[in-house]
Amino acid sequence: MKERLVVVGNGMAGMRTVEELLKLAPDRYAITVFGAEPRVNYNRILLSPVLAGEKKFDDIVLNSEAWYAENGIALHTNKEVVRIDRAARKVVAKDGTEATYDRLLLATGSTPFMLPVPGATLPGVIAFRDMADVEAMLEASRTYQHAVVIGGGLLGLEAANGLMKQGMKVTVVHLPETLMERQLDTAAARMLRKELEARGLQFVLKGQTKEIIGKGRVQGVLLEDGRELTADLVVMAVGIRPNVTLAKSAGLYCERGVVVNDTMQSYDPRVYAIGECVQHRGQVYGLVAPLFEQAKVCANHLARIGIGRYEGSMTSTKLKVTGIDLFSAGDFTGNDTTEELVMQDASAGIYKKLVLANNRLHGAVLYGDTVDGAWYFQLMRDGTDVTDLRPRLLYGQAHLGNAGHGDIKTRVAAMPDNAEICGCNGVCKGTIVKAIADKKLFTLEDVRAHTKASSSCGSCTGLVEALLASTMGGDYSTATKKKPLCPCTEHTHDEIRTAIVGQKLKTIPDVFRGLGWKTADGCNKCRPALNFYLLTAWPGEYVDDNQSRFINERVHANIQKDGTYSVIPRIWGGETTPAELRSLAEIAERYKVPTVHITGGQRVDFLGVKKEVLPAIWGDLSKAGFVSGHAYGKAIRTVKTCVGQNWCRFGTQDSTTMGIELEKMAWGAWMPHKVKLAVSGCPRNCAEATIKDFGVVCVDSGYELHVGGNGGVKVRATDFLCAVKTPEDVLEYCAAFLQLYREEAHYLERTAPWVERVGLAYVKQKLAEDAPGRKALAERFYYAQRFSQVDPWARRAQGVDKHEFIPLKQIA
Amino acid sequence: MIDWIEIGRIEDIPRQGARVVRAPEGDIAVFRTQDDEVFALADRCPHKGGPLSQGIVHGKRVACPLHDWKIHLDTGLAVAPDEGCAASYPVKVLDGRVFLSLKVAARAPACATG
Ligand code: SRM
Ligand SMILES: Cc1cc2nc3c(=O)[nH]c(=O)nc-3n(C[C@H](O)[C@H](O)[C@H](O)COP(=O)(O)OP(=O)(O)OC[C@H]3O[C@@H](n4cnc5c(N)ncnc54)[C@H](O)[C@@H]3O)c2cc1C
Ligand code: SF4
Ligand code: FES
Repeated sequence: MKERLVVVGNGMAGMRTVEELLKLAPDRYAITVFGAEPRVNYNRILLSPVLAGEKKFDDIVLNSEAWYAENGIALHTNKEVVRIDRAARKVVAKDGTEATYDRLLLATGSTPFMLPVPGATLPGVIAFRDMADVEAMLEASRTYQHAVVIGGGLLGLEAANGLMKQGMKVTVVHLPETLMERQLDTAAARMLRKELEARGLQFVLKGQTKEIIGKGRVQGVLLEDGRELTADLVVMAVGIRPNVTLAKSAGLYCERGVVVNDTMQSYDPRVYAIGECVQHRGQVYGLVAPLFEQAKVCANHLARIGIGRYEGSMTSTKLKVTGIDLFSAGDFTGNDTTEELVMQDASAGIYKKLVLANNRLHGAVLYGDTVDGAWYFQLMRDGTDVTDLRPRLLYGQAHLGNAGHGDIKTRVAAMPDNAEICGCNGVCKGTIVKAIADKKLFTLEDVRAHTKASSSCGSCTGLVEALLASTMGGDYSTATKKKPLCPCTEHTHDEIRTAIVGQKLKTIPDVFRGLGWKTADGCNKCRPALNFYLLTAWPGEYVDDNQSRFINERVHANIQKDGTYSVIPRIWGGETTPAELRSLAEIAERYKVPTVHITGGQRVDFLGVKKEVLPAIWGDLSKAGFVSGHAYGKAIRTVKTCVGQNWCRFGTQDSTTMGIELEKMAWGAWMPHKVKLAVSGCPRNCAEATIKDFGVVCVDSGYELHVGGNGGVKVRATDFLCAVKTPEDVLEYCAAFLQLYREEAHYLERTAPWVERVGLAYVKQKLAEDAPGRKALAERFYYAQRFSQVDPWARRAQGVDKHEFIPLKQIA
Repeated sequence: MIDWIEIGRIEDIPRQGARVVRAPEGDIAVFRTQDDEVFALADRCPHKGGPLSQGIVHGKRVACPLHDWKIHLDTGLAVAPDEGCAASYPVKVLDGRVFLSLKVAARAPACATG
């Protein structure tokens, strides 16, 4: 017969132990799990993004009911264990459910500490610990306006940020003088506070809560200094206490937590304890990384493999507030025996502090630039002697060169398995490495598909590629020597482009045949690319294949998450007239457009338009003189301008007219990716021309041209191309630049990565140094424009592609 | 007996494309492949409900326009490693006329809840 294992606590540590155990000894135990919460096991860490509206509960479930069933685990949710009878070896839940055990695992986590002030039990005063708390907060945010968060630590700030994102006015009351004082030194804490204040949070530092006031429900918070803060919701995030009630009542030895040895056993060797409820070598932990290490050891011991010992963990923290990078680890306060290395660039929002003792790294605080957090952490844990690294330690691993083994490959190789690689999807290195090895993954796409790493914002793509390389060793380099366009072909983008022109391939089926495609009709990766390549190679000749276009380009509007569409008409150079605005207003009212938004691109966006209505709305816009803004396309988007010389006291040229002329020349062109332009009237650069694909900065002597910039996920400032004298020059260089990019970049490669790939020198040579070549490029652009400057909206209003907009049939 | 409803002619659906049929049980996407096979699936991606009818059709698959899951047109199952299923409906083509039945058919095991 199987031995019986009972787990009390269906949380992160408990279930991680069970998962580890199932890997080691799937058949040894009959497992029963009790959880006080009414749900399956979920990722508690991600409650913050759930609160902030960035994730849903379903996204953070770790083990579904099916998982418990598949692994033969009896799960009792919503059943709090209230008694352990160690003599009879059984546990009893509140509702009387019993289970007997051979081994018992306590994983009861922590309970949030509630300040014992008057009013602390009023409705509307809650903690931030579980999904029920998040639901209460979300509920409150729908009805109420003012929230007070007591506690400016990690948890408090994540709660405050989430509530603010839900539209509440949030004040954080924090007793110490600086935020997150346990993780940050004063300088970093100040930067953090500034950033959060800029986002709209309010802070009361050195704020001591005296009383929570309210009749029936919380109405305010009274501070010791007499101030009163309005509050319809109070979240207490002032600390947690290991949850030892049950263990204590069973006579197990507890101090702050359940005291355990290096194999995670309590004083009763049949009873293991793990997670936030334990105290190991005098330490209690409140982060998952150490709990996961404990889980490994515990599972190991339960499986009777018996070789693992838990010897304590060093912890590091990150704040999960989107857009704020913050990392801290170890002892960062320093003392007489330590030295500090500090770098601060307030305007760039970067601060780094490293604490050294005996040539070893003891602590680190990073704000603004945290890429090297994992590396510092590793140096700390390994106790590496950093004497040789010291001169460049602050600049990070990338700046070490080979002497410091500083390339990204070695960096990821050095990362621990539980280092999070993909922040969006919470995927750790170990998971990725395992997937690569077990499932024989060869490409980035494979890894994305199997682990979801790098599939959301993509900022970790470099790390994932490096992991592929380091895990597969030689295999990876062969796998990537040549990157085929997609799995349907062996050929690269460049090979295909060359063949289309060289072999005069003029349709998608031509390409499939000519280049030996492996699939009959391609896929959703290659068809849009080929359609674009053919369109660029054979202007006026190639017939656009609608079915090879992504929906947005097929219906000339941007699909929204609820299946409705957005409509953004062109506003030339961002300049408009009262008459135009009046017609926009009338049309928006006529069609009851739910939301009208001024975009970041100086235009007006109608959001929430139903597909069937699109042609009619476009017809009206067209009558009022508007054309499509192509906000949905891999195409010319906006040309932003500032008011320039016409009004501005600093303006040096007529930037607005320059922008309008550029837009009139370039609109309608299909591109490898979206393309944005801007013209600023002087180097103050109010139109942000230096983060555009093609930016113009007016100067007294003429125009400076900049290329290859973008905002977005990875901001890249432009490279300076050259200076020119006249508006005609600007137009010609712009046309030539756009054409070079269209003819040579890979589909879905924006100008920034393209310029980086081919090198600025190459672009300069083609445009600035080869005048006849430039003129020829510009001519080819103008020629192609003859066929593309047809307003797609007007045509659809006249009935083109009608089938796209109406149902085939309505069944009553 | 299956109740067949005539929904239109095959030419009304673009090759490598789809059209929507509005039905009481929700929108149904009717797809036509490159070689004129016709399939019908609930117009809701098993991932987050994206409108499959708006995706790019290739082979016997459609790529959801929202987050790029691929769905098998014949079974409604998501292409591995993604997991999930869109309910599929019987369709047939007779003399270029397309007929649809609202009976949920051929439910794959993963598709137990339609
Ligand atoms: C509407 C708008 C937001 C707004 O209300 O202000 C917007 C909305 C979207 N942006 Fe944007 N972006 C808008 C201005 C911007 C800007 C600001 C600008 O252009 O000056 C940027 C940063 C500048 C830049 O592009 O370099 C911007 C950077 C992005 C990015 C990141 C691009 C990158 O290279 O990293 C994406 C993602 C992408 O394109 O893959 C994106 C993608 C999107 C998409 C298309 C996401 C999607 O696929 O659904 C959004 C759909 C809009 C819609 O349905 O209409 N949007 N987006 C802005 C439309 C401008 C317009 O008039 O056409
Ligand atoms: C909002 C939030 C954000 C966080 N962010 C991070 C982060 O970014 N990084 C990080 O490392 N950590 C973070 N943490 C901390 C992390 O979630 C915890 O360290 C971890 O969940 C602790 O795991 P555990 O299993 O010990 O406890 P828990 O996950 O709390 O699990 C304990 C479970 O046991 C149940 N239980 C208790 N008593 C009983 C009983 N008698 N009978 C039955 N069931 C019982 C509880 O209901 C609970 O479900 C965060 C925590 C929160 C609340
Ligand atoms: S960029 Fe120059 S000209 Fe334009 S608004 Fe700013 S200061 Fe004025
Ligand atoms: S909704 Fe279809 S892929 Fe996400």
